[in-house]
Amino acid sequence: MGGRLPVLLFALVMAAIPFVPGMPPFWIVLLDNIGLSALVAMGLVLLTGVGGLTSFGQAAFCGFGAYTTAVLTTAYGVSPWMTLPASLLVSGLAAVLLGLVTVRLSGHYLPLGTIAWGLGLFYLFSKLEFLGRNDGISHIPPLSIGSLKMLDPGTIYYAIWTAVVISALLTMNLLDSRTGRAIRALRRGHIAAEAFGVHPPRTKLLVFIYAAVLAGLSGWLYAHFARAVNPTPFGASAGIEYLFIAVVGGAGFVWGGVLGAAIVVVLKEVLQSYLPMLLHGEGQLETIVFGILLVALLQLAPTGVWPWLTSLWPLKPRRERPDTSLTLPARKRAPNVSRVLLELDNARKQFGGVIAVNNVSFDVKAREIVALIGPNGAGKSTTFNLVTGVLRTSSGALSVLGKNIHNTPPQDIVKLGVSRTFQHVKLVPDMSVLENVAIGAHLRGHAGALSSMFRLDRADEARLLAEAARQIDRVGLSDQIDQLAGSLSLGQQRIVEIARALCVDPVLLLLDEPAAGLRHMEKQRLATLLRQLRDGGMSVLLVEHDMGFVMDLADRVVVLDFGTKIAEGTPEAVKSDPEVIKAYLGAAA
Amino acid sequence: MLFLIQDGITNGAIYALLGLALVLVFAVTRVILIPQGEFVTYGALTYASLASGQMPGTAKLAVAMGAAAFLLDLFAARRELVLRRIAPAFAVDIVLPCVVLAVTIWVVDRHPPTAVSIVLSLAIVACIGLFLYRLAFQPLAHTSVLVLLIASVGCHLAMQGLGLLFFGAEGQRGPAMADAALTVGPLRFTGQSIAVYAVTIGFILALWLFFGLTLYGKALRATAVNRLGARLAGIRTTLSGQIAFLLASVIGALSGILIVPITTLYYDTGFLIGLKGFIAAIIGGLVSYPLTALAALAVGTVEAFSSFYASNFKEVIVFTLLVPVLLLRSLAAPAIEEEGD
Repeated sequence: MGGRLPVLLFALVMAAIPFVPGMPPFWIVLLDNIGLSALVAMGLVLLTGVGGLTSFGQAAFCGFGAYTTAVLTTAYGVSPWMTLPASLLVSGLAAVLLGLVTVRLSGHYLPLGTIAWGLGLFYLFSKLEFLGRNDGISHIPPLSIGSLKMLDPGTIYYAIWTAVVISALLTMNLLDSRTGRAIRALRRGHIAAEAFGVHPPRTKLLVFIYAAVLAGLSGWLYAHFARAVNPTPFGASAGIEYLFIAVVGGAGFVWGGVLGAAIVVVLKEVLQSYLPMLLHGEGQLETIVFGILLVALLQLAPTGVWPWLTSLWPLKPRRERPDTSLTLPARKRAPNVSRVLLELDNARKQFGGVIAVNNVSFDVKAREIVALIGPNGAGKSTTFNLVTGVLRTSSGALSVLGKNIHNTPPQDIVKLGVSRTFQHVKLVPDMSVLENVAIGAHLRGHAGALSSMFRLDRADEARLLAEAARQIDRVGLSDQIDQLAGSLSLGQQRIVEIARALCVDPVLLLLDEPAAGLRHMEKQRLATLLRQLRDGGMSVLLVEHDMGFVMDLADRVVVLDFGTKIAEGTPEAVKSDPEVIKAYLGAAA
Repeated sequence: MLFLIQDGITNGAIYALLGLALVLVFAVTRVILIPQGEFVTYGALTYASLASGQMPGTAKLAVAMGAAAFLLDLFAARRELVLRRIAPAFAVDIVLPCVVLAVTIWVVDRHPPTAVSIVLSLAIVACIGLFLYRLAFQPLAHTSVLVLLIASVGCHLAMQGLGLLFFGAEGQRGPAMADAALTVGPLRFTGQSIAVYAVTIGFILALWLFFGLTLYGKALRATAVNRLGARLAGIRTTLSGQIAFLLASVIGALSGILIVPITTLYYDTGFLIGLKGFIAAIIGGLVSYPLTALAALAVGTVEAFSSFYASNFKEVIVFTLLVPVLLLRSLAAPAIEEEGD
């Protein structure tokens, strides 16, 4: 995610601005406002742009931060710096409570929910006696260092922008880590992330709290900047404006938040001072222009200004290749009691009246390639989803390494050493191949969000990336390692999924149509790789339609038709089975 | 006690109408229609302005939006500028709002009867709704629910600002549709509240019949499920979107006209009213009409009770009502993957 140098330069430039001779004090006030908005927008970038959780309610978290310090400093005489942890804690706790309810919501329920509690909290702020009702709280003491009181906009400027730069660095660090990859994987749906051990609700809650704490920080600074708080800046329209800022700047980019804040704050200022002169109207002319601009922007540049700016920049940051000499310790394996890795005993899945999998039994032994074939709609992918815990069996038993896995969530099944690929490729298209594959090693790393933010995760991270690079090399995609996964051909994306599955260090690999979209040579290479894996001690269960590929590769073939197993045996035996011929070619062959 | 319930049901009926419109628009276009509240205020205040002999700015807005929509249509058809394609667009985008404006100007000084004011207000807001879809949402029709939602918020901001410009910051009230009143036991039903009930029930039935029985209704539902599939089956998805917005704006304006004799409306009141319809729509899962209507009645009743017993916290209570509902919805949420972004 870029180097440190541009950030340092940015910090130096920002530090120098107040010393520019003739700098109007009003501009410093504007910059203060930009910094305050940028902090909230940065949280939204992580929440909305990266994590895919839209919140219209961030202004309420600013309110928690601001009111906490306002009450503590005015009513209890606590020193302003001492209230900082309290402000962050209160907004964080509020986020935990609201987040537990909201982050589990799918799609559009989430933004709607945030509008609702954003409004509810606004009314709460304006009705509570100890928060001063609509008048709010005034006479908040300024921040001070020693005898220096940060009374004027020029001194608190440093507090605000220090917070912005530090938050930006921490956010960038977080994104460029094991936890960051989990967050970035969320927006593309849960199933792929869960299959590699990520807990989506937990990860979403983390992002939610992080964004709320940034908003709380902004609120705390605001309270000491304005030295008074009232409910207005924490209402629904402010919450909408923060989202607008993030979208304008580029919701997927940390610096997009800062840029968006700059654009919107300056634009608002300009509109407020010049529009009334132009149109001689009363009231909120700027909101009209604002709304129209927002819609126009979505139609013309839906990804925001920042990505457009960076595409003009000629120098692309180079990513270092991971040092492949580092190794990850092998995954802890359960003692192998039996030679049978996977066993299905009368497994059944019903969707209402449809029986997708009808009492199917088969097993996969150690060092074996088993193919699951059958016409379209035979229940092959459903069987996969049963084995990997995406779906629950209606009846019957499933076991991995002798352990019953009924009701086991996908995150725990992958811990047993079962990893998979998907029929419809589920990669994160705007992440590099390396980062996508590294998600596969998620459970083999340990660094948490905090250690990632403060860069204490580097040793762990280097080992994860080394493992990912090794698996990419193994499947023969080393040349594409830095490309965005979405830019590869579909066949190559399937291979990337195999590399990601290999990063789990699995005992059983489930491949859903791995050869679809591959060219002849690529299929042969894939077959060679799978044989190597088997000879190295891994078992493979694959669903495939390419009969040449399957019959050549598999040790054993299981045939499903309409959810029922109709044949099982060596490729030769299955090929001449009359039932199989009937299923594929129709009756009376 | 009883009059609280009565009050709640009258309010709830309005929320039900709005909730139905929201469900309708969402089901067809995937747009979460935040500007629904503005349709309410525009309808109500246009009606009140006409009744008091003032020229409503919304009529001019309709003409301006129509002109912009026509430019967009021209631009979209720039490869094939033939009369056959331009003429219908011209008729809808230019002629229709101009006729409405002309009638408004002609009628406004002559103290029009209530019925004429109502029809004119509905026509003006319907034009605005139709052009709003053409200008803001039709170009975004292929994008995600999220982008549509943000655009919807943008429209809300712009329309609310325009509302202030047209109607000023003072609240207005409109004349009642009927002065008759009916007393049943301890309760007194005004003609207005009876009109509210009748219109709500009428709309619920009409929507139900429309979607269940007519070909257009089915086409709209098909668009909701799968745009591409609907297009391949020969359904014009832009037309579906336009119909949905037309219906929603008419319903919104009608709700506004129904309540403006009961309560004073300000330029920004619609947003809150719309949001309460919203809560009902969310309780109904944005899909179910009967559930939405029931939920709206519940919201109205809760609001009536809380404004009586804890008036300070009325809004807090109503909006936090959503939280347990969301919780239930999330517990019952299916574990199905949403594809795409």
